[in-house]
Amino acid sequence: MGASTESVAFDKPAREQAADTFAMWIFIGSEAMLFGAILLVFLIARISYGPAFAAASHHLSLPLGTLNTVVLITSSFSMALAHLFGNRGRWRASTWSLAATALLGLVFLGIKAAEYTMEFREGIAPVLGVPFTYDGPDPVHAEFFFGLYFAMASLHAVHLIGGIVVIAGMLVMWSSATQSSRLRRVRAIGLYWHFVDIVWVFLFPILYLINR
Amino acid sequence: MNTEALSSSSYLGEGAGPAAWLLTTDHKRVAWLYLISLTAFFFLGGAMAVLMRIELATPAGDLVSDDVYNRLFSLHGIIMVWFFLVPSIPATLGNFLLPLMIGARDLAFPRLNLASWYVFMLGSLFALASVVFGGVDTGWTFYTPLSTLYANGFVSMAALGVFTVGFSTIMTGINFIVTIHTLRAPGLTWFRLPIFVWTMYATALVMVLATPVLAASLILIVLERMFGIGIFNPALGGDPLLFQHLFWFYSHPAVYIMILPGMGVVSEVLPCFSRRPLFGYKAVALSSMAIAVFGFLVWGHHMFVSGQSAYAGVLFSFLSFCVAIPSAIKVFNWSLTLRKGEITFETPMLYALFFLALFTFGGLAGLFLAALAIDVHVHDTYFVVAHFHYIMVGGMVTAYMAGLHFWWPKMTGRMYPETWGRIAATVTFLGFNLTFFPQFVLGFLGMPRRYHTYPPEFQFWHILSSAGAVVLAIGYLMPLFYLGWSLFRGARAPANPWRATGLEWQTASPPPPHNFDAMPKVSRPAYDYAMKGLQHEKFSPHKDEA
Amino acid sequence: MSFGIPFTPPEASSIAGSVDLLFYTLLAFTALLGVFLTSLVIFYAVKYRAGSSADRTGERARSLPLEVTWTVASLLIAFVIFGWGAALFMRREHPPLEALEIAGLGKQWMWEFRHPGGQREINELHVPVGKAVIVSLASQDVIHSFFVPAFRVKQDAVPGRTTHVWFIASEPGRYRLFCAQYCGTQHSEMGGFVTAMPPEAYAAWLGNQGQGETLVADGEKLFGALGCSGCHGNSSKVRAPDLTGIFGRPVALDNQQTVIADDRYLRDSILNPKKEIAAGYEPVMPSFDGLVDEGEMQMLLAYLKSLSARDTTKSEAIH
Repeated sequence: MGASTESVAFDKPAREQAADTFAMWIFIGSEAMLFGAILLVFLIARISYGPAFAAASHHLSLPLGTLNTVVLITSSFSMALAHLFGNRGRWRASTWSLAATALLGLVFLGIKAAEYTMEFREGIAPVLGVPFTYDGPDPVHAEFFFGLYFAMASLHAVHLIGGIVVIAGMLVMWSSATQSSRLRRVRAIGLYWHFVDIVWVFLFPILYLINR
Repeated sequence: MNTEALSSSSYLGEGAGPAAWLLTTDHKRVAWLYLISLTAFFFLGGAMAVLMRIELATPAGDLVSDDVYNRLFSLHGIIMVWFFLVPSIPATLGNFLLPLMIGARDLAFPRLNLASWYVFMLGSLFALASVVFGGVDTGWTFYTPLSTLYANGFVSMAALGVFTVGFSTIMTGINFIVTIHTLRAPGLTWFRLPIFVWTMYATALVMVLATPVLAASLILIVLERMFGIGIFNPALGGDPLLFQHLFWFYSHPAVYIMILPGMGVVSEVLPCFSRRPLFGYKAVALSSMAIAVFGFLVWGHHMFVSGQSAYAGVLFSFLSFCVAIPSAIKVFNWSLTLRKGEITFETPMLYALFFLALFTFGGLAGLFLAALAIDVHVHDTYFVVAHFHYIMVGGMVTAYMAGLHFWWPKMTGRMYPETWGRIAATVTFLGFNLTFFPQFVLGFLGMPRRYHTYPPEFQFWHILSSAGAVVLAIGYLMPLFYLGWSLFRGARAPANPWRATGLEWQTASPPPPHNFDAMPKVSRPAYDYAMKGLQHEKFSPHKDEA
Repeated sequence: MSFGIPFTPPEASSIAGSVDLLFYTLLAFTALLGVFLTSLVIFYAVKYRAGSSADRTGERARSLPLEVTWTVASLLIAFVIFGWGAALFMRREHPPLEALEIAGLGKQWMWEFRHPGGQREINELHVPVGKAVIVSLASQDVIHSFFVPAFRVKQDAVPGRTTHVWFIASEPGRYRLFCAQYCGTQHSEMGGFVTAMPPEAYAAWLGNQGQGETLVADGEKLFGALGCSGCHGNSSKVRAPDLTGIFGRPVALDNQQTVIADDRYLRDSILNPKKEIAAGYEPVMPSFDGLVDEGEMQMLLAYLKSLSARDTTKSEAIH
């Protein structure tokens, strides 16, 4: 017993793997509450200041937002591939898929950064005391919209960065890990990555697509 | 007593250097790391409380300045809530006992467990560092826009500290849930679990689901202070009441994080010293879960006079009356557990009985606050202060002391001095009531909370309360000394000094590194205390098949 | 009042007595329940102490009807208390129509009050006995809370919105006024006294105060000084909604919705005019956010409300 389990608490690796997955699901539940709280704030504000929010949403870049959604969904696909290849013992392919996932994550962040820059230039980024120049109706609540947009998109980006760092760390320690622990890690990070992806799938329509 | 190193088969004998403790993944040692840090925080927060009470002995603000006073109560709250009460029983007793009680070698994720302690220390010390720079003066509730736009303290630092500690809470929560699901001994079905495990499960659920909401609100506060985003700022289209909604959506369930584990401890202690099974086991187990769920639905009762809609107020008032029901069920069951028992009054039992009294009265005081028209009058007064101290201190801390004494022999392999224990328990009980009962009267009279100075007509009750605080402080300092003494000089404890049921009593005191020499099996319900006529028969461990 | 030690706060408003009746009823109920439970525990602890000769034979009797009865009974009592408290609470929502409206402004760290006649007070509030008083509360900075224990009333003053609290003082006297919501360094100094006086004395007191302009007159001046009358006035070139009788009236918006022109609407229209545009008008009004502080906002609101009172026979909150 114990030879292939990481925790002394478990007798069998299978049991430990089940526990891993279970823990990841609970963690995701916890994360869902985090995003859920902020989404709820958004929802309440959206109901209260509907027209202002709808108008402000037009100032976000729909093409870049759509592109980012595609990038992120593709990254989820390559993450799924990494898991699939890992399951079949094709570790080379799995490694490449993981690297591709992280890379697509970086692409997403790059596009997001470009978007932020554009928004700063346009003067609709209500952060760091940058002058807020917005010519639509109800600028006060439009500013509220952009505040929420920056808070939510940045929180999502931080989660993505976390995922990329973990993938990078996994790849660095790849060679020293046993096959079963590799599989465990891919499974865990995969769940997390898909979750972060799904969060974006929620954020995209409510931020970019209201009243289009 | 021979202070010869404990037998090498004990977890305490496995390496003594700092590295052996600081890098341990043994849940029992991690529990000690928490116990030591939490004790330090408890006395730090307590010292602030005593300073405040001395200041309040006179109506004028003559001991400390208003700014210092405001920093004192803010830090007292922050330390006591997040660095003591939330982790108190789960991280110390829970960490130590959970694997023992379910017959496991360790928690599911031992390294995560150790990491949670480091994250906890990082966050709490970061928050405390704000004191060095000048403190925080927002109250523990961080209400906006005071905290975001007007407070002159180091709010972001404290908020980030609390935020970081939240991660540690979530780690502990996940670890407990997974452990309880996957590592129960063969035969240990859900309804054979000790109530302590049930309450740990309910607590862990609330930890995992509520803490992120606190994280969200603290993130928004920090974004607002550091980056100027205006989610709570009316001038930028935001709404200050939104913060209160988010904050209490976390903080009301957090109240249950702070009391459920205490209920768990008492549910272990009362049957043991009554030598009777817990009355209504299933009702007690399920009411813990009910409390965890209902706890999420009543946050609005902190906001009856805040300007939220009156109809919301009525709804929250109704739900608050409902959440009292599962707690009431527990009180009835604990009381009836004593019936036809064979009761002895060792220190843990005394603490548990005092818990029962204080929790009952604190809970009944809650009915006043749930009743809308009365709450309008007593909201934000000393009545509220008294109410939650009856639950948090009279309830949770008293239960914590009960548990600490009850499992002290298991944790250390030593007995504490019984007489001193009984004296300390009694002094605490008297001091507590003297401190906090007058505060109910003060609140009804209209004394607002967080006041550095107050009208002279309130002084009589304040003097009583301040005197009580000194007695209470003595009551809490006594165990620090005699428990410390017993670590080295106490009588050796047998494996099961209380003749208690439960798997943790079937292994040695202190337990071996991986808890059990032979992994236990379970075939009997919890609290299988011998019935009438058998009470003198030696309690037989049910390790074997019955 | 034994030995000068206070046990109960004075009852000095029309609702104080009813709140106290509920309080004492609940006190009796909880004390009874608490003492019963405590006695039960003590009784068991003594009777079944180890070594006592009490009879321990037989199963612990569980009388289901008894348990159900007393659970249902305590539940019913709890729900009665809930309903009673809620009914009293809902009175806050319905102030009498004939009421004196005083503007209260919280700021770090004082309460500033303005009577309809323009008389100003700081940390003191004079009110007539026997007449309904509405205090409309605003805050210039953080959240404060208007709390008069003797009246059993409390209401937060929240920046960015107007809240209301009303009471009818029933006993002449001087009563403590507190800020109940922690508001920063000198929170405990933010308070003073409410003086309830007979109506004649109140009228006399008002007369003795300085010859300040009335709140409405100040508001009217401001209305001119800020240029509002340029567009909203009768002879303006720019077409803007006529504000005569606006308060309390439904307003059709350009997005097909209708809102009641209440405190919130008027405040938003001044600070954030593009948010809700009256149907048929161009959104040309500039925002006065940052140009009007909370005190001035109260003057403007008082003036706008007075335009309704003058024109309609129905008496509004202000006269």
